[in-house]
Amino acid sequence: MLARVGAMCTVELQKLRHDRTELYTRAIQPALWLLIFGETFTRIHAIPTGGIPYLDYLAPGIIAQSAMFIAIFYGIMIIWERDSGVLTKLLVTPTPRAALVTGKAFAAGVKSVIQALVVVVIAAVLGVSLTWNPLRLLGVAVIVVLGSAFFSCLSMTIAGIVLTRDRLMGIGQAITMPLFFGSNALYPVAVMPGWLQAISKANPLSYEVDALRGLLLGIHAHLGLDFGVLAFSAALGVTAASLLLGRLAK
Amino acid sequence: MTDAPAAGPAAADAATADAAAEPALHCTDLTYSFGDTRAVDGLNLEVAQGEVFGLLGPNGAGKTTAIRAITTLLPVPAGKISVFGLDCARKRMQVRRLLGYVPQQLSADSGLTGRENVELFARVFDVPRSERRDRVDEALTAVDLTEAAGRLAGTYSGGMVRRLELAQALVSAPRLLILDEPTIGLDPLARASVWDCIAQVRAGTGMTVLVTTHYMDEADEHCHRLALMHRGRIQAMGAPGELRAELAAQLGVDPDRVSLEDVFRHHAGAGLTGADRPDEGGDFRDVRRTRSAARLR
Repeated sequence: MLARVGAMCTVELQKLRHDRTELYTRAIQPALWLLIFGETFTRIHAIPTGGIPYLDYLAPGIIAQSAMFIAIFYGIMIIWERDSGVLTKLLVTPTPRAALVTGKAFAAGVKSVIQALVVVVIAAVLGVSLTWNPLRLLGVAVIVVLGSAFFSCLSMTIAGIVLTRDRLMGIGQAITMPLFFGSNALYPVAVMPGWLQAISKANPLSYEVDALRGLLLGIHAHLGLDFGVLAFSAALGVTAASLLLGRLAK
Repeated sequence: MTDAPAAGPAAADAATADAAAEPALHCTDLTYSFGDTRAVDGLNLEVAQGEVFGLLGPNGAGKTTAIRAITTLLPVPAGKISVFGLDCARKRMQVRRLLGYVPQQLSADSGLTGRENVELFARVFDVPRSERRDRVDEALTAVDLTEAAGRLAGTYSGGMVRRLELAQALVSAPRLLILDEPTIGLDPLARASVWDCIAQVRAGTGMTVLVTTHYMDEADEHCHRLALMHRGRIQAMGAPGELRAELAAQLGVDPDRVSLEDVFRHHAGAGLTGADRPDEGGDFRDVRRTRSAARLR
């Protein structure tokens, strides 16, 4: 299992080594969020952040958002691999489907961690006071990997249901924004209406953002709960995506 | 890839399977349906060890569905398919260790180099780290891609991609190589180079090959035995010469005047005129695959 997960992660790194374009282009959107949205709302003081500058408050949310945007399109990738025969070949190897899905999920995590590093650097350049404690940064990596594993598995699960790229692209776009705006990435849960607070509490992205704020900014967070929810969500996602992977092979 | 070392797990499984006594592949009354469409309808097939066996038939004959069932991609009941004596339903993982599979579409990962593509399959087939580099080198040498191994697969020609896929399939030293239309869409030179690679590997390892193809000349030249499928059933089976002689005797003509294409038309031709052939040949996914293959080339 570990060897196969390692193999999938290695492939992801090899691809990034050969073509870094995605790394650069994916850095643009978070940079714009921090530069435009972050700087503006820092001046407005419209969002209660518990005494820290809004840009600082926003940065962990944007890291989580960037990671989710990478992971949520893994379903499209797996459908492309199905159509191009790559998935079919992998399914004929002695690799259990759960190992294949876990491998893809952690590969999404690896890619997301690299993306998170880029956003951390951008945030630091913009003057956000982030921690440079190696243990806390390791914790950030773990949280980002778990969050990405869940969102990539969610995407692969939907892929196993809808089976085509066109349908998945529509659904991917339809769920990405609600997941983002229905979380605490941009504003605290406390300012949301009651119904949105309920959604936010069921949204793994909220737990990812909470943990990232705690680790990167040193503010109060529910790290144990956040880790537990993300680990459980990732395990649930791997199970669901593995069960539906066979539908893609038919 | 001459005298390829057997993979540890594959060797162990092969021993368990009492390899010497069992056929490489045995299908008993295999049936598979997609909804109301019966794609494979009572397929009985036996492929001997070391044989190159060709599965022929028009689009929609059920060849690819049969291949997908044999490669464990489709669920089939126990007792229907065995590979070297191992039941495909009960011993799925052990069966997969014995298989090398090249699907119909050109399916190398264009974002990786040739070497990285082969290394990935060495890793997922549990080739030990100490042997991995040598095994990858052997596989690349066998398909004559050593010099191009450092280039991205996206820069390869169609023939090179197909040979790269062969290397991916061979790196685990499989005992049964399954090729689903391996030369489709390739020019004559690329087709010849793919078959040269297969012949070279077979000469060194004696591996069994199950191949589907639409090219009658290839089937005639490279296959020891053939099965002609039509509407999910085998209509004729035997050595190419036997099939030609059989039809010649039926028609009362000189066997030299009968080609394998005539045999194909004789058994499947009624369905190829369109008069009694429903539009079930080659599903939409086949079209997508062919387009993907064209893009990759």
